[in-house]
Amino acid sequence: MSNNWNYIIRRILYLIPVLLGVCFLVFILFNVTAGDPVLMLLGKHGSPEQAAALREQLGLNQSWFMQYVDVVKSAFTFDFGRSWSTKQEISSMIAHGAIPSLTLSLPAFFLSTVTSILFALLVAFYRGKGIDLFIRVTCIAMMSISSLVYILVFQYLLAYKWGLFEISGYEFGFPNFIYYVLLPIIIWVILSLGPDIRFYRTLILDEIYQDYVRTARAKGLTEKKILFKHVLRNAMIPIVTYTVVQLPFLLLGALLLESFFSIPGLGGMTINALNSSDFPVLKAITILSAIAYIVFTLIQDIIYTIVDPRVKLQ
Amino acid sequence: MLEQTAAENIEAKLNDEINTIGKSRSLWADAWHRLVQDKIAVSCLIIVGLYALVALLSGLGLIAADWSQEVGPSYAPPFENWDYILGTDLFGRSVLTKVIHGTQVAMSVGLVSSLIAIPIGVALGALAGYFGGWVDEVIVWFYTTVSSIPGIMLLMSIAFILGKGITTVYIALGLTSWVGLCRLIRGEVMKHKNREYVQAASAIGAGHPRKLIKHIIPNVTHIVIIFTSLQFQVAIKSEVILSYLGIGVSGQPSWGTMIDDAKLELAREVWWQLAGATVAMFVVVLAFNILGDALRDALDPKLKGKS
Repeated sequence: MSNNWNYIIRRILYLIPVLLGVCFLVFILFNVTAGDPVLMLLGKHGSPEQAAALREQLGLNQSWFMQYVDVVKSAFTFDFGRSWSTKQEISSMIAHGAIPSLTLSLPAFFLSTVTSILFALLVAFYRGKGIDLFIRVTCIAMMSISSLVYILVFQYLLAYKWGLFEISGYEFGFPNFIYYVLLPIIIWVILSLGPDIRFYRTLILDEIYQDYVRTARAKGLTEKKILFKHVLRNAMIPIVTYTVVQLPFLLLGALLLESFFSIPGLGGMTINALNSSDFPVLKAITILSAIAYIVFTLIQDIIYTIVDPRVKLQ
Repeated sequence: MLEQTAAENIEAKLNDEINTIGKSRSLWADAWHRLVQDKIAVSCLIIVGLYALVALLSGLGLIAADWSQEVGPSYAPPFENWDYILGTDLFGRSVLTKVIHGTQVAMSVGLVSSLIAIPIGVALGALAGYFGGWVDEVIVWFYTTVSSIPGIMLLMSIAFILGKGITTVYIALGLTSWVGLCRLIRGEVMKHKNREYVQAASAIGAGHPRKLIKHIIPNVTHIVIIFTSLQFQVAIKSEVILSYLGIGVSGQPSWGTMIDDAKLELAREVWWQLAGATVAMFVVVLAFNILGDALRDALDPKLKGKS
């Protein structure tokens, strides 16, 4: 056990160099290679004095090193300054945008995970038979169509033409938001079925060829019992760890879905920032999503050590 | 008659087996043998070959060079006139010609982004796996850092900074897709570096560069081949997303820009541009997907049956 604690502490300390690395990448991308944002912000008619004043105000006249320190500081204090286009505090913009994103991504993620696991169990149960082949082929075929096509066609047919759903927009508050997120959720689930079924099928099949399954079969258990009581329980370890790493991406929502359906979440905010060259917002989103990813990968590792004692850590 | 064919069949199989035992095939010949026995994989290979041919001909200016020409009225529906069999777009340009030019863009995006990602992934992965120690620590730190930023954010940032255009698409996709390959190569090289054949190479006096380049890397190339097949389809799909975000290909038609155009066209019941690009893309991405799986089964039989 003390060995595990050693590992966990070392793993937590490792966050620091990785976070510094992320800040460095962000700094290289937006401060060094992106060109002078002042010219973009002022447009063609800015005078040199205005440019100098703006540079001073944005902290762009400091040395590279001090600019890098600023990026690192923002990553540790979550103070990302103000947006260049809306002039709002970025941290409050993000807090505000997280809610619509989560109303879309949480139910969508839950539904798609449950559906995919059920399909994967079905496929594993009938492995090698016609239905297995059919579902696998369907999955690959579904994955071969661009996600943009799904969004376009579903929005056009279901919302625009047949009027079953809201075309776009968002309202805060329960239950109003449901009408707006329903169609994006359906599209999300359809988009993730292909890759998820394939992935969960692999995990379940990995378990099915283990010795304990043969033992269970040898003692006369039915295939159904083996699948649900034995295989599913053991497959839950990789399944849970896989889903945990996906969680941070839920906060970001689905960039494309949000921007398409005009949902004012973080994904849509990112695309707006991209279109208006809003560097501070892009930097903040990049850093925050990286932090979320790093932290959740850590949690995944820790869960792994707790749930599966066979995992030896060094 | 039937029995005879069955008997012949068995005999042929036996001969085949005897042949295999007699002169053992090399790894590559063996993999090729397994691949061509898979009829679906062969069909996919042919499809990919045809797309590559179309892309090449278009690149040389032999077909679809006149994509910008006006051949009919604006938004003419498909299957009405041979000059624009798949209909026309807003400017009266032939959708078929645009799809063909789009093939060139798609295949080149897959090829160039692979050519950028492979050297980075293989070099870093091989160095990390072979030397271990601080070299490994630095490289692992580097790719952990890169992979901590969600792929789409990194892709968007790089594309945004480089500005619109096809070169941007190449570089952005190349620079964001080497991490997976690097990780796989590192693991595989770590396994290989203590194998007997590498020890034998040291025994006859081979230095590090020789052992790594001449002996180990050829034994991990199968990973590169599988990666390339999958990278093509990832790149082709990403091009569409970048086009939607307004940081993709510009100044020439691509499947991405055609699909992106459809967001305004569908409301006017114009579906043919979307359909043309989607079908063209579906066939080749499906072929690359199946081919990737088949290549993995053929080149890395350990993984067979998994996913």
